[in-house]
Amino acid sequence: MFVELNNLLNTTPDRAEQGKLTLLCDAKTDGSFLVHHFLSFYLKANCKVCFVALFQSFSHYNIVGQKLGVNLTVARERGQLVFLEGLKSAVDVFFQTQEEPHPLQFLREANAGNLKPLFEFVREALKPVDSGEARWTYPVLLVDDLSVLLSLGMGAVAALDFIHYCRATVCWELKGNMVILVHDSGDVEDEENDILLNGVSHQSHLILRAEGLATGFCRDVHGQLRILWRRPSQPTAQRDQSLTYQYKIQDRSVSFFAKGMSPAVL
Amino acid sequence: MLDSLLSLGGLVLLRDSVEWEGRSLLKALVKKSALCGEQVHILGCEVSEEEFREGFDSDINNRLVYHDFFRDPLNWSKTEEALPGGPLGALRAICKRTDPGPITIALDSLSWLLLHLPCTTLCQALHAVSHQDSCPGDSSPVGKVSVLGLLHEELHGPGPVGALTSLAQTEVTLGGTKGQASAHILCRRPRQRPTDQTQWFSILPDFSLDLQEGPSVESQPYSNPHIPPVDPTTHLTFNLHLSKKEREAKDSLILPFQFSSEK
Repeated sequence: MFVELNNLLNTTPDRAEQGKLTLLCDAKTDGSFLVHHFLSFYLKANCKVCFVALFQSFSHYNIVGQKLGVNLTVARERGQLVFLEGLKSAVDVFFQTQEEPHPLQFLREANAGNLKPLFEFVREALKPVDSGEARWTYPVLLVDDLSVLLSLGMGAVAALDFIHYCRATVCWELKGNMVILVHDSGDVEDEENDILLNGVSHQSHLILRAEGLATGFCRDVHGQLRILWRRPSQPTAQRDQSLTYQYKIQDRSVSFFAKGMSPAVL
Repeated sequence: MLDSLLSLGGLVLLRDSVEWEGRSLLKALVKKSALCGEQVHILGCEVSEEEFREGFDSDINNRLVYHDFFRDPLNWSKTEEALPGGPLGALRAICKRTDPGPITIALDSLSWLLLHLPCTTLCQALHAVSHQDSCPGDSSPVGKVSVLGLLHEELHGPGPVGALTSLAQTEVTLGGTKGQASAHILCRRPRQRPTDQTQWFSILPDFSLDLQEGPSVESQPYSNPHIPPVDPTTHLTFNLHLSKKEREAKDSLILPFQFSSEK
């Protein structure tokens, strides 16, 4: 996890808020560093993590995770991490027997149905185990990324319903957290993605938006991050709801600075 | 005007956006109705009952009836707990009440309903509900019905939004600047011209409405009639006027591009 990002969000693994939905979105840049941050953050917080990974392979996340101090293989073996590797299991759909509904069952269906099997997979993965002692602090669902479901033929409303049900179960019932990545294609004709992005935005408590610089690629500033806090439990009269920082991604960390204050230009 | 929105009855549309959320204002208006002694029904599709009731004290909460469509709106758990008829069924059941008092129905949210139901069905249901008190041929006097609908603007195209705005008696669009929220209120009263007003406000922690003056005064597009127009030719250091001789000379001057018999 990136300590500087924790400072900006005013949180640490041992005192993170529960019951919250965080939306990660990226526009004209790669926001996956945020996914790696939250994956290592919640594993370090000793949470039970269900990771619906549709975008990259397990080994990719594992390699990056090791740079950030977590070992996904070990986490999976001891039951802390439930990992749905979308790229691999999409193929399994065709070789599995029909009785077991597969989480990605919708790939077999002619009409775009709903994501109920995927939701049931998540619910099963994160349901509290009836053992004597509580091993994990609270459950966390991570999705990378939701826009892939649109590319696979699901409608935006079906994807929003899946997020709704996950929120009802993970955030409300189990008092856990959710972190969802949605790409902002910036394409004015992609209405389905816009509905998906705006729909999840309205359900979110925190939105982290990574944007490429308007002036293009820069060696010392890789992009800017907008942080928007929404839905406070108590309404406040006037507060800084939105902050913007620029960032540079390094090998094992990300440094953040105020706009125009990159060390390279000072 | 923001605090008297519900006195007109009918459909009040609260249009919010990702940056300026409208649920706090919805809750503030719900609290106002409850304090006036009205019964308030909430069709909750987006947040849990606990989250909606949070911040209200017990006498407000006792007047709120929460219809839960958050936990299992699509009946995926296949239990008997699902409310029959869905949200529209619940809406019709509320209106078939025998109690003649005024009621307020809060739809949290209209966007959820619009994404899951055909637009025409939803509009017909809203029309039937919000015009119930003016329904002829009904012998029993039915109290005023106010419907508060929270609509997330970015989720819908201009067609459905246009249909809903045509049904609404009042439209409140949330916005703001520099951390302060504003509501642009467009009010359509029958047989009167629509009126619009912008009100700056904030919501206090107990969900009371705090109406405020706006931030720094914006420039007026038209001149203020109380200030006399200033003559710009006063205090000039050069002479703008022509004497009679200078005017004659100017008028008789032939310009280079003019054709004349002398050239």
